[in-house]
Amino acid sequence: MSDLIDMLAARLKNKQPISVIGSNTKGFLGGALTDEPLSMREHAGIVNYEPTELVLTAKAGTALSEINTLLAKSGQMLPFEPPMFGEDSTLGGAMASGLSGPRRIHLGSARDAILGLRLINGLGQHLRFGGEVMKNVAGYDLSRLSVGAFGTLGILTEISVKVLPLPEQERTQMLTYSNARALSEMIRIGRHPYPVSAMTWVNDMLYVRLSGTGRGVDAAAKALGGETLANQKRYWNSICHHMHPSFKQDQEWLWRLSVPPTTPINSIPFEILDWAGAQRWVHAAPFDYSLFELAESLGGHATCFSSERVEGTGMQPLKPLVMQLSHRVKKALDPFGLINRGRFLEEAS
Amino acid sequence: MKTEILVAALAGGMSSNRVLHSSHETAPYECDGLTMFKARPKVVVLPETREEVCYVLKVCQENGVPVVARGAGTGLSGGALPHAEGVLMVMAKFNRILAVDGDARTARVEPGVRNLAISEAVSELGLYYAPDPSSQIACSIGGNIAENSGGVHCLKYGLTVHNVLSVTLALADGSIVTVGSDALDSPGYDLLAVTIGSEGLLGIVLEATVKLLPKPEEMRVVMAAFDDVTKAGDSVGRIIAEGIIPAGLEMMDGPAVAAVEDFVKAGYPLDAEAMLLCEVDGTRDEVAEELLKVERILKDSGATMLRVAKDEAERILFWKGRKSAFPAVGRISPDYYCMDGTIPRKHLSLVLTRMREMSKRYALRCANVFHAGDGNLHPLILFDANDPEELTRAEAFGAEILELCVEVGGTITGEHGVGIEKINEMCVQFSSDELTQFHELKAAFDPTGILNPGKAVPTLNRCAEFGKMHIHKGQMPHPELERF
Ligand SMILES: Cc1cc2nc3c(=O)[nH]c(=O)nc-3n(C[C@H](O)[C@H](O)[C@H](O)COP(=O)(O)OP(=O)(O)OC[C@H]3O[C@@H](n4cnc5c(N)ncnc54)[C@H](O)[C@@H]3O)c2cc1C
Repeated sequence: MSDLIDMLAARLKNKQPISVIGSNTKGFLGGALTDEPLSMREHAGIVNYEPTELVLTAKAGTALSEINTLLAKSGQMLPFEPPMFGEDSTLGGAMASGLSGPRRIHLGSARDAILGLRLINGLGQHLRFGGEVMKNVAGYDLSRLSVGAFGTLGILTEISVKVLPLPEQERTQMLTYSNARALSEMIRIGRHPYPVSAMTWVNDMLYVRLSGTGRGVDAAAKALGGETLANQKRYWNSICHHMHPSFKQDQEWLWRLSVPPTTPINSIPFEILDWAGAQRWVHAAPFDYSLFELAESLGGHATCFSSERVEGTGMQPLKPLVMQLSHRVKKALDPFGLINRGRFLEEAS
Repeated sequence: MKTEILVAALAGGMSSNRVLHSSHETAPYECDGLTMFKARPKVVVLPETREEVCYVLKVCQENGVPVVARGAGTGLSGGALPHAEGVLMVMAKFNRILAVDGDARTARVEPGVRNLAISEAVSELGLYYAPDPSSQIACSIGGNIAENSGGVHCLKYGLTVHNVLSVTLALADGSIVTVGSDALDSPGYDLLAVTIGSEGLLGIVLEATVKLLPKPEEMRVVMAAFDDVTKAGDSVGRIIAEGIIPAGLEMMDGPAVAAVEDFVKAGYPLDAEAMLLCEVDGTRDEVAEELLKVERILKDSGATMLRVAKDEAERILFWKGRKSAFPAVGRISPDYYCMDGTIPRKHLSLVLTRMREMSKRYALRCANVFHAGDGNLHPLILFDANDPEELTRAEAFGAEILELCVEVGGTITGEHGVGIEKINEMCVQFSSDELTQFHELKAAFDPTGILNPGKAVPTLNRCAEFGKMHIHKGQMPHPELERF
């Protein structure tokens, strides 16, 4: 084990608080860390990759770009298309934040892809859960529980994920539609077994990405109509990694609303529809936290994605019982509350 | 607690004709699908409402009475084995499909709804519920959630955990909490993920919202015979290496094929050492293209026979054979013991060879069915439970298989759960710190430990008692236990 891991475990054993980050490209999400963070970036490297087993295991500090490059050489990819908000985004950070890109509606989320992990719990014990096989129901699913927990249930040190083949062909159809028409079209398409791997709407245009075999994709494109987008990689990257101009709005804060996909369009004024309607990107005036209430009333939740926000966690307040249960779960893994203080759950009242 | 007092307390909150305690009433519930473990519960309750479930939980928590949930009782790890001192809570009466939303592609169901009933109910909308355990005509969605069940199509469409959006749980103290939502994700910790596969130890499932998928335009299945299991195994790796994720990819060895063919007459190749079923689905064009590739790969891998089901009736027949594998083996032996390990696929031939050696050593026959795409093995050990000595051998054989799975980097259970059956092997797969972590998590949900006690996660004492110490880098992971 590396010096860093030993040091982290030793400090936790001594009940010293610890904060960790990857490359901090998602540092604007969640609350400000109470303790000066240590970077996991040096704890990097591919531990195991076997294309025909559809599994990759890497240390938490491994750069996603390195993983993507390696996988592409064998014609494979991370199924959840992890958003990267900087060159240096790490696998650990991707899993800790639990974000997934446009492909999520087709091949699932980061939490769906994780197969196993190693973590250091709040007692400084280095534990292993799950494994490197597709199906594994031995013990509670602590791997999936840790995804999206921002490291507060334990420091992720090594992660195994499911990988999948790159599609043989990919093609994106564009249709000029209002947001209302686009949403009803997304619903219609979703009920049909087209090989769809992403559906978004922005600037009065519906984008449908088709992934599959050559003829299958072409036939579906024909059935859907519209124009074929020339530089599709660039478009999907701009949506996935938030480089599209519609994510930016001077003076306003960016919010992510995760809602039931059929939520009527006029209930939230959004800029971008992703995940076939289930993920909506919204701009709001600074300090306007009313989106929490709105999202909850629609059966979803809101997360603030603005780096301007400094107070709170910018995350949807939990319902009382879920909150209580969550604090008990946190205690089960980090009884003294030492890891990543301030980042995730609002303090227990 | 005296039975009469418990019965009276329970009947205070629900109709007494759904509180069963005489031995002829409780007898039908003495085991689940794993018949080698049996116990009569003190009381069986059949609640019909959430209030009744919560009432029972409160009474039991106050009095420290264990509660075991039961769905359809098809579980294969003894998860629904009653507790002799406790209450068995049968969820069968929660059998309504509450709502179907075709546009959102979701169904809201009660836990006692049968897996297949969901697909049947939404079929006219062109939708279905993807996870399809072979027991799907009988098993309940509550049981599926508790076990994180898979099916022959989970290589492409995922397990239960990938297909459930939210679960409403009654906790041990009788409070009700919903984890997950109708959106694709929820704020806070992913409590939904940890609930799925928790074997009835964290809460009682009262309701679930599941995802539905549009039915594929076309499905085609190829049957391939091999004269060597290694070749069959290698062909699976090659299909995946060529970028194809089949909808289903199943393998059976010679003994399994023979048993099934005798039972179902599916046209399986009786002279084969191994047989594969590979299904591709999607739009007509996609299926046509993938089918060609699959056929070529199977041929190149040395298939001695290839047959594409000529129509839907034959496709269903090919699958019927596979889905009837367990009962088929049940016909050729007084009893069979179904194992459920998962291995990295590359070790398939090693594991099969070692199992053949074990079969000789234990003098027990073994037939193999295998979710080949995801490495999940179901060796079926044939034995006669009336012969206690043979039963002991079968159990030892099974345990050795599971330990072999762990040794090659796999796991002791892919989809059937730990239950009571694999509780000792948990000591092999996990260190005592890891097991302790599981117990801590359980306590977060169920501080007094009334839900399904003694299942899924062994106590450290138990591990010490059974001496299943995992020797890792020359170190025993349970050194602190030697004093026991
Ligand atoms: C012939 C046969 C084939 C099978 N094939 C497969 C297969 O292909 N794939 C697969 O994964 N499994 C398979 N199984 C195993 C079994 O069918 C599954 O584990 C199934 O999910 C069990 O569902 P059940 O309703 O019968 O649950 P039960 O057996 O009644 O219970 C199983 C577990 O779930 C808990 N439970 C049940 N209901 C609830 C609830 N409402 N709330 C909380 N906990 C609950 C119980 O306490 C127990 O721990 C097969 C079994 C048989 C007999």
